[in-house]
Amino acid sequence: MSERATTPWRDWLLTDTPSSRRQAAWGRRYRMWRDFRANPLALTGLILVLAIFAASLAAPLLANWNPAAQDLANRLATPSARHWFGTDELGRDVYSRVLYGGRITLGMVVAVVAVVAPLGLAIGCVAGYAGGWADRVLMRVTDIFLAFPRLILALAFVAAIRPGITSTVAAIALTAWPPYARLARAETLTIRNTDFIAAVRLTGASPFRIILRHVAPLCLSSLIVRVTLDMSAIILTAAALGFLGMGAQPPSPEWGAMIAAARRFILEQWWVPTIPGIAIFITALAFNLLGDGLRDVLDPKQR
Amino acid sequence: MKSGLRTLGASAASVLVTLFGLVLVTFLIGRVMPIDPVIAIVGDHAPPDVIAQTRLALGLDRPLPVQFWIYLNHLMHGDLGSSVMTSHSVVDDIIQYFPATLELATVAIIIATVIGVPLGVLAAVRQGKRTDHAIRIFCLAGHSVPIFLLALLSLLIFYATLGWAPGTGRQDVVFDGEVPIATGLLTIDAIISRDWAALHDALAHLAQPAGVLAYFSMAYIARMTRAFMLDALQGEYIVTARAKGLSAARIIWRHAFGNIAIRLVTVLALVYAGLLEGAVVTETVFSWPGLGQYLTVSLLNADMNAVLGATLVIGLSYLLLNLFADGLYRLLDPRAK
Amino acid sequence: MQVQIRNLTIAFPSPRGLHQAVRGVSFDIGAQKLGIVGESGSGKSLTARAILRLLPPSAIVTADRLSFDGIDVLHASERTMRNIRGRRAGLILQDPKYALNPVMTAGAQIAEAWRAHKKGSRREAMEKAIDLLDQVRIRDPARVAAAYPNELSGGMGQRVMIAMMLAPDPEMLIADEPTSALDATVQAEILRLLEDLVSRRGMALLLISHDLPLVSHFCDNVAVMYAGRIVEQLRAADLARAEHPYTRGLLDCLPTLSHAKPRLPVMRRDPAWLA
Repeated sequence: MSERATTPWRDWLLTDTPSSRRQAAWGRRYRMWRDFRANPLALTGLILVLAIFAASLAAPLLANWNPAAQDLANRLATPSARHWFGTDELGRDVYSRVLYGGRITLGMVVAVVAVVAPLGLAIGCVAGYAGGWADRVLMRVTDIFLAFPRLILALAFVAAIRPGITSTVAAIALTAWPPYARLARAETLTIRNTDFIAAVRLTGASPFRIILRHVAPLCLSSLIVRVTLDMSAIILTAAALGFLGMGAQPPSPEWGAMIAAARRFILEQWWVPTIPGIAIFITALAFNLLGDGLRDVLDPKQR
Repeated sequence: MKSGLRTLGASAASVLVTLFGLVLVTFLIGRVMPIDPVIAIVGDHAPPDVIAQTRLALGLDRPLPVQFWIYLNHLMHGDLGSSVMTSHSVVDDIIQYFPATLELATVAIIIATVIGVPLGVLAAVRQGKRTDHAIRIFCLAGHSVPIFLLALLSLLIFYATLGWAPGTGRQDVVFDGEVPIATGLLTIDAIISRDWAALHDALAHLAQPAGVLAYFSMAYIARMTRAFMLDALQGEYIVTARAKGLSAARIIWRHAFGNIAIRLVTVLALVYAGLLEGAVVTETVFSWPGLGQYLTVSLLNADMNAVLGATLVIGLSYLLLNLFADGLYRLLDPRAK
Repeated sequence: MQVQIRNLTIAFPSPRGLHQAVRGVSFDIGAQKLGIVGESGSGKSLTARAILRLLPPSAIVTADRLSFDGIDVLHASERTMRNIRGRRAGLILQDPKYALNPVMTAGAQIAEAWRAHKKGSRREAMEKAIDLLDQVRIRDPARVAAAYPNELSGGMGQRVMIAMMLAPDPEMLIADEPTSALDATVQAEILRLLEDLVSRRGMALLLISHDLPLVSHFCDNVAVMYAGRIVEQLRAADLARAEHPYTRGLLDCLPTLSHAKPRLPVMRRDPAWLA
């Protein structure tokens, strides 16, 4: 192991005796980053996730065709220099559609997480901290939603409203929050009885402040891990809804819907349904790799 | 033992509450959402008086709690209404379609367990080594692949290209109606009537969808097994076992695995319940006449009674499996007594 | 039977380089009772486990000599080590609550130890297990044999542990803080039992403890460890003549009934001891 030349900032970060809270916090973050960086799978995941986000944001620049432009004379073309991933059943460029599809998928994932994570955290922290009947009622409701397999409840929900991207997001959000609430509650229960919370309470802090400033931040790291690992499940559920015709509707270039439209060509023009499938796979895998690595760093006891 | 029974009773009571919630949620999805069950039955272009008549007949003019009470009453008598699509009662439909899903899910969990558990144990024993990383990637891939992609590729490779597997469906037309139905599970029925050709055909048709369905669960099982094993291998009793001079195999399987086996059963029950979910997509691709396909077809036809009935049955199975796992854990683990 | 240890070091990799947990320890054990005393983290348990090669895989162990009855422990095959473990040397761990397998009955665990090294049927092994439970003075051996560890008290569990380690008739017993997890009244009973069994069977004993008076009472020789080194080794009878300031400090910290002290002294640690 060759010792690298020590730089002042690294010494500042790695010191055993930080002189301020800020220094301690950054030192901790730097150590985590060093652990994370040492894991090639996790690093791959991070790079992939960033690349997928970048490619989706830059879709208008990267796409060489209009994703909606039909060319019926040139249906189901094999991949070529003109159409990198070939064309679909209406002669649309698959490469451009996959790029635009990424925007839809990532948009749905971000929307679901933005709703679900704070909601689950709030419910779990309140239930865990308050205890008593509030806890019982909230956890019973959580149990009811956990009792449904996620996809089934989402399907029933979407069918009752109207299939589409918005209802997909709503349906997945409806089914995704209970595990977060459970997790946050479990964490809160272990934090609630610690001495430092007792100390904060003695200073006269209100329950609201204790939850917001002292309990919730400590639940965050396991929540982040959970969210990252859950991203892939959300992507797969959204894609499955699209595939079953209950999610995004054609002509939207959502990946699941693209596969549904092209699945009858699997035996002859197999690349048409397979390419969006691979896009789903790589995106889900990227989040899983990232989440797996984050778990090792942020939540080592879970493994 | 007695207190074990009491806690079992308490959890049964909490299951009843959950079950009530389950029914309420399905009911609300069916009634409050802006889909009109009347239109779904009589069609868009029915004259207004027909629509009004149907609405009355369905009791849809009543207040919501009354409607729920009626729904609950029917449910108690095993009545889930009738399906618009098949024009049979939903209960009959479910009885007809459920065995296919049960058979599929059962074969899938057997495959997933037989492969997933040893993989997880192996990964834990070789923690941090190349084998562990390989298994980790294999598992993460299993968590990431959309099941319908896997199903389509499986059809492309094993059916269309290699010709190893029969196509979609549960059995070849030749055997249709040949084997007397006893359980609805084609493999068991074939064994009962000693029709080995039919058994072979049923298993051949099962292989593809069950294999596809098993992959996702296998990944989960292997991952949980690894985590449990790593935990168990840290135990002081493992040091004791080594100090006794036992073989590595005995330490791993008898001592470490012996300690996680019961916890693993709980995971298996959860996975089994989760398979019902995967079955929806798999059945659609393989034209498997099970509950999952029934659900999707009813969804596309806005056949709300059928959708809610199927959802309820799947939710109920899920719940019962959880209760079963919990009870098993209490009965088997000496620490829980 | 002779255990020889010369210049044993045990190190663990850490983010800041190697952490030396044991540094150049040397001693011999013949047919006698040796006690190793030290505070937690002094490396006494690691030293004891190194004799049976039971350290975690991340440990880096080196020694000029580490032998059990002439067998080179550092380079012996796993099969050879398995023949030493249990059969020739038993290891008693601190807390039976964690050291016994929670999902196997006490009898099954003892029978397993016996069958691992002796030839015999399951039934024979179970009879032997009950006999052994009787030897560690358990009043109702058949009932205890059928019990799971969580149904046993701490003292009972430790007796099961001892019975298990005696099952293959070892020549040596390593007891790693065998009584620290037990109630004070039970401690004395277990120690008396151990002493009795060891002297009756003529076994060698390596007793690891943080309790200096206890060790000096039960052992022939005492080694005092501090920060990975043996700082002093002497006959138990000569303890009063100990020279090293750490040993003296340990002795001075003890309250006695005969010599009243106004205030118990607090150990002053000299950084020079770490060298």
